[in-house]
Amino acid sequence: MEGDIVQMGAYIGAGLACLGMGGAGIGVGHVAGNYLSGALRNPAAAAGQTAFLFIGIAFAEALGIFSFLVALLLMFAV
Amino acid sequence: MAADANDAVGMPQLDFATFPNQIFWLVVTLVVIYMILSRVALPRIGSILAERAGTITADIDAAETYKRQATEAEAAYHKALDDARAQAHRIVEEMRADIQADLDVAIAKADAEIAARTAESERRIAEIRDSASAAVAEVARDTAQEILTVFGVEAEQKAIADTVSARMKGGAA
Amino acid sequence: MAEANGGLNIRPMDQFRVEPLFGGDYVGMFTITNVTLWMALTVLAVTLIMVVGARGRALVPTRSQSVAEVAYSFIYRMIEDVAGRDGVRFFPYIMTLFMFVLFANLLGLIPWAFTTTSHIAVTAVLALAVFITVTVLGFVLNGAAFLRLFWVDSAPLALRPILALIELISYFVRPVSHSIRLAGAMMAGHAVAKVFAGFAAALGAAFFIPVLAVTALYALELLVAVIQAYVFTILTCVYLKDALHPHH
Repeated sequence: MEGDIVQMGAYIGAGLACLGMGGAGIGVGHVAGNYLSGALRNPAAAAGQTAFLFIGIAFAEALGIFSFLVALLLMFAV
Repeated sequence: MAADANDAVGMPQLDFATFPNQIFWLVVTLVVIYMILSRVALPRIGSILAERAGTITADIDAAETYKRQATEAEAAYHKALDDARAQAHRIVEEMRADIQADLDVAIAKADAEIAARTAESERRIAEIRDSASAAVAEVARDTAQEILTVFGVEAEQKAIADTVSARMKGGAA
Repeated sequence: MAEANGGLNIRPMDQFRVEPLFGGDYVGMFTITNVTLWMALTVLAVTLIMVVGARGRALVPTRSQSVAEVAYSFIYRMIEDVAGRDGVRFFPYIMTLFMFVLFANLLGLIPWAFTTTSHIAVTAVLALAVFITVTVLGFVLNGAAFLRLFWVDSAPLALRPILALIELISYFVRPVSHSIRLAGAMMAGHAVAKVFAGFAAALGAAFFIPVLAVTALYALELLVAVIQAYVFTILTCVYLKDALHPHH
């Protein structure tokens, strides 16, 4: 019974950790949206900035992956 | 999966027992890929790209040369055309001058001939007129003498001639 | 995971297990495992594309040769743009990283394949190699001046120590995020695909719904595989730029 409660806590925690992915999604959307609005204002400069777009997305996305990792650890490793 | 009795660990990624194996093979793989890329692939592709860039540059240069040659040929053609045109013009001018000279000579000759003929004609006209007037004077004298003879007037031959010639001069004036 | 419920028996993490190819359970350092197999296939794929594809040395590239050329000039320009012209001497190293990550990711998408880059051990070695190279290179090239990377001159004096601390922490978090991003993205996609495939098996007649989902997910995973390789490489270039030009 005690083990079940620990497992339940881990699963709930994993679910909560997945909330972090929402934040990462907001962040990625923010980066991409701002890139797009900037690119529409000055399309000539857009091509040179795609590298920074991907770097920004990578940084924002990394945090979502961290939360996914926490969820995985809670589910499979704890 | 932690509850699964068959699995010693839940996440295979955290099974540290497999780490040396993975790291060993990863290092081997990376070294092999690095060797393949740095020894064979990258120099080859780099040389292909450089060769292509060289070829493109050479082709562009050749095209430039051809274009310049074409421009030069066009200029030469235009020059030749202008020269030919100028020469033709000159020849036309010369011809025209020659013809003009010939024409002038011919006109002069013709004028001279015309003048000579005119003079001749005038001379002959004058002769004819002179002879005609002489004939008229004689006729007039004779006629006058006859008339006088008919009227019974005895007149001096000389006086009649003088009178006739005087009247004819007056008539002519 | 769901054994307690009985019916659903989806084990999404099993695909990541390292197992010896020729029997036995023991995984020693030199054991030939599925890791070995798929890394060898990665080497084979890289060789096929980069060596055999460009074998013709055609002036007007064939299809396979232009793939190799595109990969070459893509990474070359990325280094030039991000790390600067003097970063070009690290081109073979960065190309090696890119090629390995790209083909490991793509080969991992083959059904029943083992994705080597989904393992923290692999990506951590890649990221630590970059981290150590960049740090050593920074100190060798710039000496103590490399530490100015953490001392933001443009900030007010009072803020600088705090900023230096933040910069220092973020510097040491780099290899962690660098490696976990790649492994996490790969692991996540494959685990989700496995879960959906398990649904297809469990749903019976309505199996086509998860199958459609898996198909869509596969397209996304293909994109993610390429983008993660790109991101891994471009971050390497960004870190390399810090070592070559530590002034902000």
